[in-house]
Amino acid sequence: MRVTFPHMGNLHISLKAMFQTLGVEVVVPPPCSKRTLSLGSKHGPEFACLPLKLNLGNFIEAYELGADTVVMAGGCGPCRFGYYAQIQQAILKDLGCALQFIVLEPPQRQITELLVKIKQLAGSRSWWKIIQALRFGYRKARLVDEIERVALRSRPREKIPGSTDAAYRQALDLIDCASSWEKLTAAQEKAKEIMDKVAVDFSRQVIKVGVVGEIYTLLEPFSNLYLERHLGGLGVEVHRSIYLSGWVNEHLFHGLAKGMGSGKEARSASYPYLRHFVGGHGQETIGNAVRYARSGYDGIIQVFPFTCMPEIVAESILPDVCKDFGVHYLTFIMDENTGEAGMVTRLEAFTDLLARKKEAKEALSS
Amino acid sequence: MPVKVGIPRALLYYYYYPLWRTFFEELGAEVVLSSPSTKGVLTEGLKYAVDEVCLPVKLTFGHVLDLAGKVDLIFLPRLISVKKAEYICPKFLGLPDMIRRLAGIPPLIDVNIDRYKSNNDICLAVKEVGRLFTHNHFKIWLAYRRSLKVHRRYFRLLELGLMPAEALAVLKDRVKNEPLPEPEKITVALIGHPYNIHDPYVSMNIIGRLRTLGANVITAECLPEKTAGSYASRLPKKLFWTLGQRMMGAALYYLERPDLSGMIHVAAFGCGPDSMTGELIERRARTMGMPFLSLTLDEHTGEAGVITRLEAFLDMVSWKMAGTVGAIKSSS
Repeated sequence: MRVTFPHMGNLHISLKAMFQTLGVEVVVPPPCSKRTLSLGSKHGPEFACLPLKLNLGNFIEAYELGADTVVMAGGCGPCRFGYYAQIQQAILKDLGCALQFIVLEPPQRQITELLVKIKQLAGSRSWWKIIQALRFGYRKARLVDEIERVALRSRPREKIPGSTDAAYRQALDLIDCASSWEKLTAAQEKAKEIMDKVAVDFSRQVIKVGVVGEIYTLLEPFSNLYLERHLGGLGVEVHRSIYLSGWVNEHLFHGLAKGMGSGKEARSASYPYLRHFVGGHGQETIGNAVRYARSGYDGIIQVFPFTCMPEIVAESILPDVCKDFGVHYLTFIMDENTGEAGMVTRLEAFTDLLARKKEAKEALSS
Repeated sequence: MPVKVGIPRALLYYYYYPLWRTFFEELGAEVVLSSPSTKGVLTEGLKYAVDEVCLPVKLTFGHVLDLAGKVDLIFLPRLISVKKAEYICPKFLGLPDMIRRLAGIPPLIDVNIDRYKSNNDICLAVKEVGRLFTHNHFKIWLAYRRSLKVHRRYFRLLELGLMPAEALAVLKDRVKNEPLPEPEKITVALIGHPYNIHDPYVSMNIIGRLRTLGANVITAECLPEKTAGSYASRLPKKLFWTLGQRMMGAALYYLERPDLSGMIHVAAFGCGPDSMTGELIERRARTMGMPFLSLTLDEHTGEAGVITRLEAFLDMVSWKMAGTVGAIKSSS
């Protein structure tokens, strides 16, 4: 069995670690690229959302590299993601790619439903080993998220342009290569050291922007056209509302790992703007926008794939939130036709606006 | 003076209007329906809805605005789930929140209709709405029973092959059913969300046009829910959208019917569930060799283009039935 999985940002680091600990052979699909996207949009349904197309492209590219089994998550609606696997399976079958699917559905009643699927993957390996593998993968996810957070903080303040990105890649490589708990602990120290070495100027005035929206387009830099990197380059400190480990904890482990910011707070903050969950991260988008606005962020950026249903609901309501709190917002809708240059222009205009407003506010208060 | 309750002629109006109407009238309210969809109604909706929402939701904005000033309350429930373990669509879940922002509209009755956990949870919604009009629980219960009876009758009429507009006319006038017209040679299955295919403005009167062109039209509503459900359960995973499941089940059922000559799938531009179910239906139709036409509707769709495509499609279907297409295929 040669297992592959869809890309979503740095998800591959933890999944690879998990499968390797289990002794399952892994084929990591090539990073998302123009080719992935054109393969996906060529064979995928026209109005399907961008993640479906990119994932489909990932599977085709992984199949070319010899993968024979796809592992991915499922869902129970109302967002389309819950039916991705079945659609992709039908498309791949018609294309002649013989890929077997193992879909990890979020446990409806008990966690055992998930464990049965995992056992199917792991074969005869003991439960102890499986749990260790899960823990190891999850640990990596948390470390990677930590590195991402540090990178977001230091990028707008770096003294040498590009030094954060270089350190970020190096640190991720270290985490990725660690094959055991001891090595991972060493890699963690080393990665922290590397990230700390980036020369930053903390006296610099930066604009703070909260990024909300749909999880895939937030986590996968290719799908949001490297939004965070562009913002960092423009001197904006980005705070992202969703991280991989948080999502895994909430949806796959049912909040088993405590002490992590859960979506609960975000959902309760969305009242009275959006009074009910709408699938996906629609309610979290509104809730996090409220929280960012309350904690004095200068702007809010919403990102989602074209035709994403929950985020469209959020998009309709976001103007009210921003009007009530007096924050500015910008919405980016991603599909296979989005141009990076156009996005950069809009980002530049947006940051200019925020910077001027901030200046005016500070001049008034001083 | 009785309270005037407005019901927008949009979305699930096509399924539940008789039920809602009877319920409110039994409780002593006056029901006001928004005017039929027109360009004016849609334009009004387009002004206030974000660009990304689908056509039927934009139209709902228009219908709600049409009711503003005419009624005391607007019935716009949050239709989360009308059947256990199924949803409608994320946009239905957020609809009252999207509409509430509009200025100058009367208060909404935005009760949660949520049968996701248990089918009996509908009672909560019934009670909540009923209490707005009376504190007599028995009266509420009676109103609900009566409206349910009308609802069942309406669905039986739909299963007889009547379109919602015709079934509503039968219910309203209390006339006897007219004998159904002689079946035509060509039978076309029209698969799409009820609010897309049954709104003559949105669908550009596709049902009427097909009939004029000499085709019988059958829709997912002509099929008992149970049959549709059992056919839809052939899918590898249960679809979690009630309407999508019904469309999918109907499509699978009709594709196996020997008297079916073609299938038309109607989707609104950017519709999420349709992008998935449409893909599955199209793939299935292709493997079965069934003539298939996919129409996408939005506020810009030109009428002439749709008519041309319908005519071409029916020509293709009749050629195939006459054996011409098959003959060309076998000779080449």
